[in-house]
Amino acid sequence: MEIPYTVQNRPDTGIYNAKLGIWLFLASEVMLFGGLFSAYVLLRVGAAPGEWPHGWLNVTLGTINTLLLALSAITTLLAWAACKVRDFGKFRIFHACTILLALTFLGIKSYEYRDKLMHYEIKLNNGKFADGHLVEKSADFDLAKKTGSVTLHGHFVDDEKELADLRSPEAQAAKHGEVVVAATDIKSMGNYGPRHNTFTAIYFTLTGLHALHILGGTLVIFYFWAFGGAMWKTDPERFTNRIEVSGLFWHFVDLVWIFLFPVLYLT
Amino acid sequence: MQSNVQQFPPFREPQPQHAHDSHGHAEHHEPNFWQKYIFSTDHKVIGIQYGFMSLCFMLFGFFLMLLMRWQIAHPGVPVPVFGPLLEKILGQPAAHGAISPDLYNSFGAMHGTIMVFLGVVPLAFAAFGNYVVPLMIGAPDMTFPRINMASFHAFFLGGVVMLVSFFIPGGAAQAGWTSYSPLATTIPTNGQAFWLVGMVLLITSSLLGAVNFIATIIQLRAPGMTWMRLPWFVWAQFVTAFILLLAFPPLEAAGVLQLMDNLAGTSFFLPTGLAVGGQLVDRSGGGSPLLWQHLFWFLGHPEVYVLILPAMGIVIEVIANNTRKPIWGYKSLVYSVLFVGFLSFIVWAHHMYLTGMGQKIATFFQATTMMISVPSVIILTCMFLSLWGGSIRINTPMLFALGFLPMFGIGGLTGLPLGLAAADLYLHDTYYIIAHFHYVVAPGTIFALFAGVYFWFPKMTGRKMNEFWGRVHFWCSLVFMNLVFMPMFAQGIKGMLRRMSDGAVNYSAARVPNAIDALPGSVMQLNGWILWAAIALGIAQIPFIINLFWSIGHGEKVGTNPWSATTLDWQTPTPPPHGNFAHEPQVVRGPYEYSAPGHAEDFTPQDEPESSAAPLTPTAHH
Repeated sequence: MEIPYTVQNRPDTGIYNAKLGIWLFLASEVMLFGGLFSAYVLLRVGAAPGEWPHGWLNVTLGTINTLLLALSAITTLLAWAACKVRDFGKFRIFHACTILLALTFLGIKSYEYRDKLMHYEIKLNNGKFADGHLVEKSADFDLAKKTGSVTLHGHFVDDEKELADLRSPEAQAAKHGEVVVAATDIKSMGNYGPRHNTFTAIYFTLTGLHALHILGGTLVIFYFWAFGGAMWKTDPERFTNRIEVSGLFWHFVDLVWIFLFPVLYLT
Repeated sequence: MQSNVQQFPPFREPQPQHAHDSHGHAEHHEPNFWQKYIFSTDHKVIGIQYGFMSLCFMLFGFFLMLLMRWQIAHPGVPVPVFGPLLEKILGQPAAHGAISPDLYNSFGAMHGTIMVFLGVVPLAFAAFGNYVVPLMIGAPDMTFPRINMASFHAFFLGGVVMLVSFFIPGGAAQAGWTSYSPLATTIPTNGQAFWLVGMVLLITSSLLGAVNFIATIIQLRAPGMTWMRLPWFVWAQFVTAFILLLAFPPLEAAGVLQLMDNLAGTSFFLPTGLAVGGQLVDRSGGGSPLLWQHLFWFLGHPEVYVLILPAMGIVIEVIANNTRKPIWGYKSLVYSVLFVGFLSFIVWAHHMYLTGMGQKIATFFQATTMMISVPSVIILTCMFLSLWGGSIRINTPMLFALGFLPMFGIGGLTGLPLGLAAADLYLHDTYYIIAHFHYVVAPGTIFALFAGVYFWFPKMTGRKMNEFWGRVHFWCSLVFMNLVFMPMFAQGIKGMLRRMSDGAVNYSAARVPNAIDALPGSVMQLNGWILWAAIALGIAQIPFIINLFWSIGHGEKVGTNPWSATTLDWQTPTPPPHGNFAHEPQVVRGPYEYSAPGHAEDFTPQDEPESSAAPLTPTAHH
């Protein structure tokens, strides 16, 4: 038994099965990310005045990542074009670039995550806040037993709201240095992980889900890159279709980032 | 369009090589049990897998309901017969064989979840869709057979996760099938996390299924099977697949966010200053409980049409076949189902009139809700008018299809007051709601599904189910369904709220004699009657279960087309082999050519060649 139109276009619809399938899948993905983006909008609109964070993310790293994905979109297209003109060698070169670009993207993303997870906000017993990146915890540091101290590279603020808008002139002017806080002074302490506030929550969720898509796409592309030779020899047209379909997915994942970058980094 | 169709390449064009297809024609080997029944890529086997699993889940969900009805009728009294077993399996929550309020909440949440996501949708959409759609459109299989298999496995896994959650400490999810936050996050059980993981698996399954259905219907229609020649059942499945494709992902998004709330300590749906048991919750706050409701009902309402459209499709097929005349208003039916599919995406907030989201928004959703009743009524009207002047054959499938009409009518009409904000403020969260949507789904959809089982059983097995016991099943189900759900309208109008583990005893006149709106004894008495009706309804299903299994081996043997039907699913060998059709079907006419003048028989199959040499005329479209 053969399923028709697995490789050739059906004449009246002008499309082959897998391409239609991936477009339908992407429609569903649009609704998935659409749901998450509307969650972002509602959370942001519903935030108390002055509490929604600005400038918490590194725009330079975000820009570099945007460029990496834009470049990978080009190499993906070129890889498909190389298949179309039946040049397997070129295909391998271009998709090797795609894979490297994707891995670099994920590397930078992990660095950014690490930066957020190392960043602590400490609520002090005197009502003030200490905020900064963790330098070290003393060996006997134990928050429950109130022993030891923690060292941050950062500063003290009187009001938590001063930490919200890091683009403001006051925040830009703040002096950062080594800050040592004794456990006895600490009321509560937490890093900028997902539970810090709704911004970090939606940031980690959105970018985490996006990173999973990048990872999945990379794995698929790597599979075709490494093990596609057999099908290339027997059925190059079908293989080319596979590259096109996986490429469509890749372009969609890039597109999601094009929305994520301004929404999270620039506003 | 038609000239295009004539130019098709041969249907099953031989590929230059078979390297990618291990099921080549050359080596034909007999598959073993695992290949044939568990890891099958044949749409018919997958359809039957779905059908069997979902019927089992429905029986289980029904059993949960029986336990709840016992608790409502006799709060705190140990469950007879099953009580000791419950205590043995579930321990403390079922101490002394009685159902604790927590356990009642679990059963309530899981009854809804199982019935909707593991029972009716898989049966209506996945089981019938998988088995029937490729046959009806003349396709050899689904477009992506292996993805089809993965879809069933994801469904199976999701079901397992749901069932396992009953046995974890704290028990299964307790926040209702709607899982409203913050309740869903603050109840001290991991059952909710299991529920969410289970849902993500079920959503994955439905996504894979929906992509497959749409691609199959678009790509694999046989030559000549133009859009307006599709049996309406296929249209219904097509729209249903689009609804699943586009409405489920926002719930998946919501599920991910609630999973983060439950496991990573975020506050997507938790408001600032949330206190539980008098203690401030250690959360950042700033989230929005309303957001969950929006995301949930964005799926939740289209889901209603996922439940009903395939059922309507079955009813149309059965009615057309048994009235022996073309279905009335085929084109109206097609446009109506498309319109319903579109509108179903913009009515969701009529579930949320009480949330204080604002009058303007409520007014908008009130208007769209009234609008969506128009195409639904058109569909039902077409069904009724199709009966006019037909020489109606009465058999079990037809009885169930006819039973569907008034039952769905009651369900639909009682929904109108709920769509109007003013009336809904009073009726919201009462037993009236329960009666309304159960009339739509239980005697509505499930009757249609029974019709489908009796109707297509001969295609799956080559034998008919027993007619006498089928009729016993129908009449008993019809009577007891109504005895179960009709009293709930009265209870709801009197103000009895749903989701109360004591069956509203605390609000009864016997308990609070001086309260103005205390529930009178007559309303409370109904609880007892409903319990007995529900038990009788359960007993009424026994003939069906026995009939189903007995008929596989002992039913009356029939030919390939026992109902003398026109659609392509009846023009295959019975049961259809792998690949379905002995030869490629050439469709030359519309789906419901019954009693066409000038034909010897009272039905003309879609692929029967025109006998005369006359050129193809577009009369087939009428």
